[in-house]
Amino acid sequence: MTTVSAKKPNWFSSLAHPGNFLAWSRYLVWPLALLTVAAFAVGLWFAFWNSPDDYQMGDMVRVMYVHVPNAWLSQFVYAVMALSAFGTLVWRHPLADVANKAAAPLGATFTALALFTGSLWGRPTWGTYWEWDGRMTSTLVLLLIYLGIIALWRAFDDQLRAGRIIAIVTLVGALNIPVIKFSVDWWNTLHQPASVFTANGPRMPLPLLIPLLTMMLAFTLLFSLLQVLRMRTEILRRRADSLSRQAALQGVAS
Amino acid sequence: MTAFWTLIARELRLAFRAGGEALVLVLFFIMVGAIVPFAIGPDRPQLMRLAPGIVWIAAFLAMLLGLDRMFRADEDDGALMLMRHAVLPLEAIVAAKLIAHWLVTAVPVLLALPILALLLSMEGPQLAMTALGMLVGTPALVGLGGIGAAVTVGLRRGGLVAPILILPLAIPVIIFGVGMADPMSGRGATLFLIALSLVVAVLSPFAAALALRASGE
Repeated sequence: MTTVSAKKPNWFSSLAHPGNFLAWSRYLVWPLALLTVAAFAVGLWFAFWNSPDDYQMGDMVRVMYVHVPNAWLSQFVYAVMALSAFGTLVWRHPLADVANKAAAPLGATFTALALFTGSLWGRPTWGTYWEWDGRMTSTLVLLLIYLGIIALWRAFDDQLRAGRIIAIVTLVGALNIPVIKFSVDWWNTLHQPASVFTANGPRMPLPLLIPLLTMMLAFTLLFSLLQVLRMRTEILRRRADSLSRQAALQGVAS
Repeated sequence: MTAFWTLIARELRLAFRAGGEALVLVLFFIMVGAIVPFAIGPDRPQLMRLAPGIVWIAAFLAMLLGLDRMFRADEDDGALMLMRHAVLPLEAIVAAKLIAHWLVTAVPVLLALPILALLLSMEGPQLAMTALGMLVGTPALVGLGGIGAAVTVGLRRGGLVAPILILPLAIPVIIFGVGMADPMSGRGATLFLIALSLVVAVLSPFAAALALRASGE
Protein backbone atom coordinates (compact mmCIF):
# COMPACT_ATOMS: atom_id res chain seq x y z
CA MET A 1 0.00 0.00 0.00
CA THR A 2 2.67 2.48 1.00
CA THR A 3 4.66 1.89 -2.16
CA VAL A 4 1.61 2.58 -4.26
CA SER A 5 0.73 5.77 -2.45
CA ALA A 6 4.27 7.01 -2.97
CA LYS A 7 3.40 8.04 -6.50
CA LYS A 8 1.90 11.46 -6.91
CA PRO A 9 -1.78 11.38 -5.95
CA ASN A 10 -4.22 12.37 -8.67
CA TRP A 11 -6.44 15.39 -8.31
CA PHE A 12 -9.41 13.36 -7.08
CA SER A 13 -7.64 11.71 -4.17
CA SER A 14 -6.01 14.99 -3.21
CA LEU A 15 -9.48 16.60 -3.18
CA ALA A 16 -10.74 13.81 -0.98
CA HIS A 17 -7.90 13.92 1.51
CA PRO A 18 -9.60 14.82 4.82
CA GLY A 19 -7.34 17.81 5.47
CA ASN A 20 -7.80 19.16 1.96
CA PHE A 21 -11.51 18.49 2.20
CA LEU A 22 -11.70 20.66 5.29
CA ALA A 23 -9.85 23.40 3.45
CA TRP A 24 -11.91 23.56 0.27
CA SER A 25 -15.30 22.64 1.69
CA ARG A 26 -15.16 25.74 3.87
CA TYR A 27 -15.78 27.83 0.77
CA LEU A 28 -18.70 25.57 -0.14
CA VAL A 29 -20.80 26.15 2.96
CA TRP A 30 -21.98 29.72 2.42
CA PRO A 31 -22.74 29.48 -1.31
CA LEU A 32 -24.59 26.23 -0.71
CA ALA A 33 -26.56 27.78 2.13
CA LEU A 34 -27.53 30.78 -0.01
CA LEU A 35 -28.50 28.54 -2.92
CA THR A 36 -30.61 26.39 -0.61
CA VAL A 37 -32.43 29.38 0.82
CA ALA A 38 -33.03 30.81 -2.64
CA ALA A 39 -34.34 27.51 -3.99
CA PHE A 40 -36.66 27.14 -1.01
CA ALA A 41 -37.91 30.68 -1.41
CA VAL A 42 -38.75 30.14 -5.07
CA GLY A 43 -40.12 26.65 -4.47
CA LEU A 44 -42.34 27.66 -1.56
CA TRP A 45 -43.61 30.69 -3.43
CA PHE A 46 -44.56 28.41 -6.31
CA ALA A 47 -46.03 25.83 -3.98
CA PHE A 48 -48.21 28.20 -1.99
CA TRP A 49 -49.17 30.96 -4.38
CA ASN A 50 -48.39 30.04 -7.91
CA SER A 51 -49.64 26.53 -8.45
CA PRO A 52 -53.18 25.43 -9.26
CA ASP A 53 -55.43 23.37 -7.00
CA ASP A 54 -55.97 19.81 -8.00
CA TYR A 55 -59.48 19.19 -9.32
CA GLN A 56 -59.88 16.26 -6.92
CA MET A 57 -57.69 17.07 -3.95
CA GLY A 58 -58.01 20.83 -3.89
CA ASP A 59 -55.48 22.51 -1.68
CA MET A 60 -54.27 19.18 -0.34
CA VAL A 61 -52.19 18.70 -3.45
CA ARG A 62 -49.69 21.14 -1.96
CA VAL A 63 -48.55 18.46 0.49
CA MET A 64 -46.96 16.85 -2.52
CA TYR A 65 -44.36 19.61 -2.65
CA VAL A 66 -42.87 18.53 0.65
CA HIS A 67 -43.75 14.85 0.50
CA VAL A 68 -42.24 13.90 -2.84
CA PRO A 69 -38.85 15.60 -2.23
CA ASN A 70 -38.52 13.79 1.10
CA ALA A 71 -39.42 10.46 -0.51
CA TRP A 72 -36.90 11.11 -3.28
CA LEU A 73 -34.19 11.92 -0.75
CA SER A 74 -34.96 8.84 1.33
CA GLN A 75 -33.71 6.78 -1.61
CA PHE A 76 -31.09 9.18 -2.91
CA VAL A 77 -29.34 9.32 0.48
CA TYR A 78 -29.17 5.54 0.60
CA ALA A 79 -27.59 5.56 -2.85
CA VAL A 80 -25.02 8.06 -1.54
CA MET A 81 -24.34 5.78 1.42
CA ALA A 82 -23.99 2.71 -0.79
CA LEU A 83 -21.55 4.58 -3.02
CA SER A 84 -19.49 5.69 -0.05
CA ALA A 85 -19.58 2.13 1.31
CA PHE A 86 -18.14 1.01 -1.99
CA GLY A 87 -15.44 3.65 -1.60
CA THR A 88 -14.65 2.39 1.88
CA LEU A 89 -14.33 -1.23 0.84
CA VAL A 90 -12.49 -0.78 -2.45
CA TRP A 91 -10.23 2.21 -1.82
CA ARG A 92 -10.32 2.23 1.98
CA HIS A 93 -10.92 5.91 1.76
CA PRO A 94 -11.22 7.66 5.13
CA LEU A 95 -13.56 10.28 3.72
CA ALA A 96 -15.95 7.60 2.50
CA ASP A 97 -16.46 6.39 6.09
CA VAL A 98 -17.16 9.93 7.14
CA ALA A 99 -19.66 10.39 4.31
CA ASN A 100 -21.50 7.21 5.29
CA LYS A 101 -21.65 8.19 8.93
CA ALA A 102 -22.78 11.72 8.15
CA ALA A 103 -25.47 10.61 5.71
CA ALA A 104 -27.17 7.95 7.84
CA PRO A 105 -29.09 10.22 10.26
CA LEU A 106 -29.96 12.59 7.41
CA GLY A 107 -31.40 9.72 5.40
CA ALA A 108 -33.33 8.46 8.40
CA THR A 109 -34.77 11.93 8.99
CA PHE A 110 -35.84 12.41 5.38
CA THR A 111 -37.40 8.94 5.35
CA ALA A 112 -39.28 9.64 8.58
CA LEU A 113 -40.47 12.97 7.16
CA ALA A 114 -41.60 11.24 3.97
CA LEU A 115 -43.65 8.80 6.03
CA PHE A 116 -45.00 11.60 8.23
CA THR A 117 -46.04 13.92 5.43
CA GLY A 118 -47.38 10.95 3.52
CA SER A 119 -49.65 9.94 6.35
CA LEU A 120 -50.82 13.53 6.78
CA TRP A 121 -51.61 13.57 3.09
CA GLY A 122 -53.22 10.16 3.19
CA ARG A 123 -55.70 11.02 5.91
CA PRO A 124 -57.82 13.52 3.94
CA THR A 125 -57.34 11.92 0.50
CA TRP A 126 -57.45 8.18 1.25
CA GLY A 127 -59.18 8.40 4.62
CA THR A 128 -56.40 6.71 6.59
CA TYR A 129 -53.09 7.62 8.16
CA TRP A 130 -51.56 4.30 7.34
CA GLU A 131 -52.17 1.66 4.73
CA TRP A 132 -50.04 -1.44 4.15
CA ASP A 133 -49.47 -0.32 0.62
CA GLY A 134 -46.34 -1.57 -1.10
CA ARG A 135 -44.60 1.77 -1.31
CA MET A 136 -45.37 2.85 2.23
CA THR A 137 -44.29 -0.51 3.60
CA SER A 138 -40.98 -0.52 1.79
CA THR A 139 -40.32 3.06 2.91
CA LEU A 140 -40.94 1.94 6.48
CA VAL A 141 -38.50 -0.94 6.03
CA LEU A 142 -35.97 1.50 4.59
CA LEU A 143 -36.35 3.62 7.73
CA LEU A 144 -35.70 0.51 9.86
CA ILE A 145 -32.54 -0.21 7.88
CA TYR A 146 -31.34 3.37 8.40
CA LEU A 147 -31.99 3.10 12.12
CA GLY A 148 -30.12 -0.20 12.28
CA ILE A 149 -27.10 1.37 10.61
CA ILE A 150 -27.19 4.34 13.00
CA ALA A 151 -27.41 1.95 15.94
CA LEU A 152 -24.38 0.08 14.61
CA TRP A 153 -22.40 3.32 14.21
CA ARG A 154 -23.16 4.20 17.80
CA ALA A 155 -22.24 0.74 19.10
CA PHE A 156 -18.64 0.91 17.89
CA ASP A 157 -15.91 2.67 19.83
CA ASP A 158 -13.31 2.34 17.11
CA GLN A 159 -14.70 4.41 14.26
CA LEU A 160 -12.15 3.28 11.68
CA ARG A 161 -12.99 -0.38 12.14
CA ALA A 162 -16.68 0.52 12.27
CA GLY A 163 -16.40 2.17 8.86
CA ARG A 164 -15.44 -1.03 7.04
CA ILE A 165 -17.96 -3.20 8.83
CA ILE A 166 -20.82 -0.77 8.33
CA ALA A 167 -19.87 -0.48 4.68
CA ILE A 168 -20.55 -4.22 4.37
CA VAL A 169 -23.91 -3.82 6.09
CA THR A 170 -24.80 -0.87 3.86
CA LEU A 171 -24.04 -2.86 0.72
CA VAL A 172 -25.95 -5.91 1.95
CA GLY A 173 -28.87 -3.58 2.61
CA ALA A 174 -28.52 -2.03 -0.84
CA LEU A 175 -28.71 -5.50 -2.43
CA ASN A 176 -31.68 -6.32 -0.27
CA ILE A 177 -33.78 -3.20 -0.84
CA PRO A 178 -34.99 -4.22 -4.33
CA VAL A 179 -35.84 -7.69 -3.01
CA ILE A 180 -37.78 -6.18 -0.11
CA LYS A 181 -39.61 -3.84 -2.46
CA PHE A 182 -40.53 -6.68 -4.78
CA SER A 183 -41.60 -9.01 -1.97
CA VAL A 184 -43.72 -6.34 -0.33
CA ASP A 185 -45.49 -5.61 -3.62
CA TRP A 186 -46.08 -9.34 -4.09
CA TRP A 187 -47.39 -9.68 -0.53
CA ASN A 188 -49.68 -6.71 -0.86
CA THR A 189 -51.31 -7.80 -4.09
CA LEU A 190 -51.83 -11.23 -2.56
CA HIS A 191 -53.59 -9.92 0.50
CA GLN A 192 -55.58 -7.01 -0.83
CA PRO A 193 -55.98 -6.06 -4.43
CA ALA A 194 -55.02 -2.45 -4.86
CA SER A 195 -58.10 -0.28 -5.03
CA VAL A 196 -57.25 3.26 -4.05
CA PHE A 197 -53.77 3.20 -5.41
CA THR A 198 -54.47 2.12 -8.96
CA ALA A 199 -54.92 5.78 -9.83
CA ASN A 200 -51.83 5.71 -11.98
CA GLY A 201 -51.30 9.44 -11.90
CA PRO A 202 -51.89 10.94 -15.30
CA ARG A 203 -49.01 12.79 -16.72
CA MET A 204 -48.39 15.69 -14.43
CA PRO A 205 -49.30 19.08 -15.89
CA LEU A 206 -46.50 21.60 -16.12
CA PRO A 207 -47.90 24.06 -13.51
CA LEU A 208 -47.59 21.28 -10.94
CA LEU A 209 -44.32 19.89 -12.22
CA ILE A 210 -42.31 23.12 -12.03
CA PRO A 211 -42.93 23.76 -8.32
CA LEU A 212 -42.31 20.09 -7.58
CA LEU A 213 -38.97 20.04 -9.38
CA THR A 214 -37.95 23.30 -7.68
CA MET A 215 -38.77 21.86 -4.28
CA MET A 216 -36.89 18.64 -5.07
CA LEU A 217 -33.88 20.72 -6.03
CA ALA A 218 -34.22 22.76 -2.83
CA PHE A 219 -34.40 19.66 -0.64
CA THR A 220 -31.47 18.06 -2.43
CA LEU A 221 -29.44 21.24 -1.89
CA LEU A 222 -30.44 21.16 1.76
CA PHE A 223 -29.18 17.60 1.99
CA SER A 224 -25.87 18.53 0.33
CA LEU A 225 -25.42 21.45 2.70
CA LEU A 226 -26.15 19.38 5.79
CA GLN A 227 -23.98 16.55 4.49
CA VAL A 228 -20.99 18.84 3.97
CA LEU A 229 -21.50 20.39 7.42
CA ARG A 230 -21.81 17.01 9.08
CA MET A 231 -18.74 15.66 7.31
CA ARG A 232 -16.72 18.68 8.43
CA THR A 233 -17.96 18.23 11.98
CA GLU A 234 -17.10 14.54 11.95
CA ILE A 235 -13.57 15.13 10.64
CA LEU A 236 -12.99 17.81 13.27
CA ARG A 237 -14.41 15.55 15.97
CA ARG A 238 -12.04 12.75 14.97
CA ARG A 239 -9.16 15.17 14.93
CA ALA A 240 -10.06 16.46 18.39
CA ASP A 241 -10.37 12.87 19.55
CA SER A 242 -6.92 11.89 18.37
CA LEU A 243 -5.42 15.12 19.75
CA SER A 244 -6.85 14.46 23.20
CA ARG A 245 -5.58 10.89 22.97
CA GLN A 246 -2.09 12.17 22.11
CA ALA A 247 -2.24 14.66 24.96
CA ALA A 248 -3.22 11.89 27.35
CA LEU A 249 -0.35 9.76 26.09
CA GLN A 250 2.14 12.59 26.64
CA GLY A 251 0.69 13.19 30.06
CA VAL A 252 1.38 9.56 30.92
CA ALA A 253 4.90 9.68 29.47
CA SER A 254 6.07 12.80 31.29
CA MET B 1 -12.20 -30.69 2.12
CA THR B 2 -11.41 -32.75 5.22
CA ALA B 3 -10.79 -29.54 7.13
CA PHE B 4 -14.24 -28.38 6.11
CA TRP B 5 -15.94 -31.52 7.41
CA THR B 6 -13.79 -31.52 10.53
CA LEU B 7 -14.93 -27.99 11.25
CA ILE B 8 -18.59 -28.96 10.90
CA ALA B 9 -18.01 -31.95 13.18
CA ARG B 10 -16.27 -29.69 15.71
CA GLU B 11 -19.17 -27.26 15.74
CA LEU B 12 -21.68 -30.06 16.20
CA ARG B 13 -19.65 -31.63 18.98
CA LEU B 14 -19.34 -28.30 20.76
CA ALA B 15 -23.06 -27.67 20.42
CA PHE B 16 -24.04 -31.04 21.82
CA ARG B 17 -21.55 -31.12 24.67
CA ALA B 18 -21.88 -27.56 25.87
CA GLY B 19 -25.16 -27.40 27.66
CA GLY B 20 -27.59 -28.53 25.00
CA GLU B 21 -28.41 -25.12 23.63
CA ALA B 22 -30.33 -26.69 20.78
CA LEU B 23 -32.86 -27.98 23.27
CA VAL B 24 -33.27 -24.56 24.83
CA LEU B 25 -33.92 -23.07 21.41
CA VAL B 26 -36.57 -25.69 20.70
CA LEU B 27 -38.15 -24.96 24.04
CA PHE B 28 -38.16 -21.25 23.25
CA PHE B 29 -39.69 -21.91 19.83
CA ILE B 30 -42.55 -23.92 21.33
CA MET B 31 -43.09 -21.45 24.15
CA VAL B 32 -43.37 -18.45 21.85
CA GLY B 33 -45.85 -20.35 19.74
CA ALA B 34 -47.76 -21.53 22.77
CA ILE B 35 -48.04 -18.06 24.26
CA VAL B 36 -49.90 -16.66 21.26
CA PRO B 37 -53.24 -18.36 22.02
CA PHE B 38 -53.17 -16.71 25.44
CA ALA B 39 -52.80 -13.36 23.75
CA ILE B 40 -55.37 -13.72 20.97
CA GLY B 41 -57.77 -16.26 22.44
CA PRO B 42 -58.24 -19.99 21.94
CA ASP B 43 -60.51 -19.66 18.92
CA ARG B 44 -59.46 -22.66 16.79
CA PRO B 45 -60.41 -21.44 13.30
CA GLN B 46 -58.65 -18.14 13.94
CA LEU B 47 -55.57 -19.93 15.28
CA MET B 48 -55.56 -22.18 12.24
CA ARG B 49 -55.63 -19.14 9.97
CA LEU B 50 -52.77 -17.43 11.80
CA ALA B 51 -50.72 -20.57 12.47
CA PRO B 52 -48.14 -20.27 9.64
CA GLY B 53 -47.38 -16.69 10.64
CA ILE B 54 -47.06 -17.62 14.30
CA VAL B 55 -44.75 -20.52 13.52
CA TRP B 56 -42.55 -18.37 11.32
CA ILE B 57 -42.28 -15.62 13.92
CA ALA B 58 -41.45 -18.16 16.62
CA ALA B 59 -38.79 -19.76 14.44
CA PHE B 60 -37.37 -16.36 13.52
CA LEU B 61 -37.15 -15.29 17.17
CA ALA B 62 -35.52 -18.59 18.12
CA MET B 63 -32.97 -18.03 15.38
CA LEU B 64 -32.23 -14.50 16.60
CA LEU B 65 -31.74 -15.86 20.10
CA GLY B 66 -29.11 -18.30 18.87
CA LEU B 67 -27.22 -15.76 16.77
CA ASP B 68 -24.72 -14.74 19.38
CA ARG B 69 -23.28 -18.23 19.78
CA MET B 70 -22.18 -18.40 16.15
CA PHE B 71 -18.89 -16.52 16.45
CA ARG B 72 -18.82 -15.12 19.98
CA ALA B 73 -17.21 -18.05 21.79
CA ASP B 74 -14.57 -18.46 19.08
CA GLU B 75 -13.77 -14.76 19.24
CA ASP B 76 -13.43 -14.89 23.02
CA ASP B 77 -11.10 -17.90 23.19
CA GLY B 78 -9.01 -16.83 20.21
CA ALA B 79 -10.05 -19.63 17.87
CA LEU B 80 -11.38 -17.08 15.41
CA MET B 81 -7.97 -15.44 15.26
CA LEU B 82 -6.48 -18.78 14.19
CA MET B 83 -9.23 -19.27 11.67
CA ARG B 84 -8.45 -15.91 10.08
CA HIS B 85 -4.96 -17.18 9.36
CA ALA B 86 -5.86 -20.76 8.48
CA VAL B 87 -4.98 -22.42 5.18
CA LEU B 88 -8.66 -22.96 4.52
CA PRO B 89 -10.09 -19.64 3.29
CA LEU B 90 -12.14 -17.81 5.87
CA GLU B 91 -15.12 -17.91 3.52
CA ALA B 92 -15.09 -21.73 3.62
CA ILE B 93 -14.74 -21.69 7.39
CA VAL B 94 -17.71 -19.38 7.71
CA ALA B 95 -19.68 -21.58 5.32
CA ALA B 96 -18.91 -24.62 7.49
CA LYS B 97 -19.98 -22.73 10.59
CA LEU B 98 -23.21 -21.62 8.91
CA ILE B 99 -24.03 -25.19 7.86
CA ALA B 100 -23.32 -26.44 11.38
CA HIS B 101 -25.42 -23.64 12.82
CA TRP B 102 -28.28 -24.56 10.52
CA LEU B 103 -28.02 -28.19 11.61
CA VAL B 104 -28.00 -27.23 15.27
CA THR B 105 -30.74 -24.58 15.28
CA ALA B 106 -33.02 -25.04 12.27
CA VAL B 107 -33.28 -28.82 12.19
CA PRO B 108 -34.39 -29.21 15.84
CA VAL B 109 -36.94 -26.44 15.36
CA LEU B 110 -38.20 -28.20 12.26
CA LEU B 111 -38.48 -31.46 14.20
CA ALA B 112 -40.44 -29.67 16.92
CA LEU B 113 -42.83 -28.14 14.41
CA PRO B 114 -45.46 -30.92 14.72
CA ILE B 115 -45.86 -30.18 18.42
CA LEU B 116 -46.57 -26.53 17.75
CA ALA B 117 -48.78 -27.50 14.82
CA LEU B 118 -50.88 -29.60 17.17
CA LEU B 119 -51.23 -26.71 19.63
CA LEU B 120 -52.21 -24.29 16.89
CA SER B 121 -54.54 -26.80 15.16
CA MET B 122 -52.55 -26.77 11.96
CA GLU B 123 -53.32 -29.69 9.71
CA GLY B 124 -52.76 -31.40 6.41
CA PRO B 125 -51.49 -29.37 3.47
CA GLN B 126 -51.06 -26.22 5.56
CA LEU B 127 -48.68 -28.01 7.90
CA ALA B 128 -46.87 -29.68 5.03
CA MET B 129 -46.35 -26.40 3.18
CA THR B 130 -45.20 -24.61 6.34
CA ALA B 131 -42.71 -27.37 7.10
CA LEU B 132 -41.47 -27.33 3.53
CA GLY B 133 -41.24 -23.56 3.63
CA MET B 134 -39.19 -23.63 6.81
CA LEU B 135 -36.91 -26.30 5.38
CA VAL B 136 -36.29 -24.13 2.34
CA GLY B 137 -36.33 -20.74 4.06
CA THR B 138 -34.24 -21.30 7.18
CA PRO B 139 -30.94 -21.33 5.23
CA ALA B 140 -31.70 -17.74 4.22
CA LEU B 141 -32.41 -16.82 7.84
CA VAL B 142 -29.21 -18.49 9.01
CA GLY B 143 -27.21 -16.77 6.26
CA LEU B 144 -28.55 -13.32 7.15
CA GLY B 145 -28.06 -14.11 10.81
CA GLY B 146 -24.47 -15.10 10.07
CA ILE B 147 -23.84 -11.69 8.52
CA GLY B 148 -25.39 -10.02 11.57
CA ALA B 149 -23.33 -12.11 13.97
CA ALA B 150 -20.10 -11.49 12.05
CA VAL B 151 -20.72 -7.75 11.92
CA THR B 152 -21.26 -7.46 15.65
CA VAL B 153 -18.59 -9.92 16.81
CA GLY B 154 -16.22 -7.14 17.82
CA LEU B 155 -18.81 -5.40 19.97
CA ARG B 156 -18.94 -5.94 23.69
CA ARG B 157 -22.48 -4.64 23.87
CA GLY B 158 -23.52 -5.77 20.43
CA GLY B 159 -26.00 -8.42 21.45
CA LEU B 160 -28.98 -6.27 20.63
CA VAL B 161 -27.70 -4.65 17.47
CA ALA B 162 -27.53 -7.81 15.34
CA PRO B 163 -31.29 -8.54 15.55
CA ILE B 164 -32.06 -4.90 14.73
CA LEU B 165 -29.95 -5.19 11.60
CA ILE B 166 -31.28 -8.58 10.54
CA LEU B 167 -34.99 -7.98 11.12
CA PRO B 168 -35.70 -5.66 8.17
CA LEU B 169 -33.53 -7.73 5.84
CA ALA B 170 -35.41 -10.91 6.71
CA ILE B 171 -38.83 -9.53 5.79
CA PRO B 172 -38.85 -11.10 2.29
CA VAL B 173 -38.09 -14.52 3.79
CA ILE B 174 -41.04 -14.21 6.17
CA ILE B 175 -43.34 -12.94 3.41
CA PHE B 176 -42.60 -15.79 1.02
CA GLY B 177 -42.39 -18.37 3.79
CA VAL B 178 -45.84 -17.53 5.12
CA GLY B 179 -47.06 -17.02 1.57
CA MET B 180 -46.22 -20.62 0.74
CA ALA B 181 -48.79 -21.87 3.23
CA ASP B 182 -51.45 -19.68 1.64
CA PRO B 183 -53.34 -21.81 -0.89
CA MET B 184 -54.10 -18.72 -2.96
CA SER B 185 -50.49 -17.83 -3.64
CA GLY B 186 -49.67 -20.66 -6.02
CA ARG B 187 -46.15 -21.77 -6.78
CA GLY B 188 -44.68 -18.28 -6.93
CA ALA B 189 -43.90 -18.05 -3.23
CA THR B 190 -42.10 -21.40 -3.20
CA LEU B 191 -39.90 -20.48 -6.14
CA PHE B 192 -39.09 -17.03 -4.76
CA LEU B 193 -38.23 -18.50 -1.38
CA ILE B 194 -35.91 -21.07 -2.95
CA ALA B 195 -34.26 -18.39 -5.05
CA LEU B 196 -33.81 -16.12 -2.05
CA SER B 197 -32.37 -18.94 0.04
CA LEU B 198 -29.90 -19.95 -2.66
CA VAL B 199 -28.70 -16.39 -3.22
CA VAL B 200 -28.29 -15.72 0.50
CA ALA B 201 -26.58 -19.06 1.05
CA VAL B 202 -24.05 -18.30 -1.67
CA LEU B 203 -23.35 -14.66 -0.76
CA SER B 204 -23.53 -14.68 3.03
CA PRO B 205 -20.24 -16.58 3.68
CA PHE B 206 -18.40 -13.94 1.66
CA ALA B 207 -20.07 -10.99 3.37
CA ALA B 208 -19.64 -12.54 6.82
CA ALA B 209 -15.99 -13.42 6.17
CA LEU B 210 -15.35 -9.87 4.98
CA ALA B 211 -16.86 -8.52 8.18
CA LEU B 212 -14.86 -10.94 10.32
CA ARG B 213 -11.64 -9.88 8.61
CA ALA B 214 -12.49 -6.22 9.04
CA SER B 215 -13.22 -6.65 12.73
CA GLY B 216 -9.98 -8.57 13.25
CA GLU B 217 -7.70 -5.92 11.79
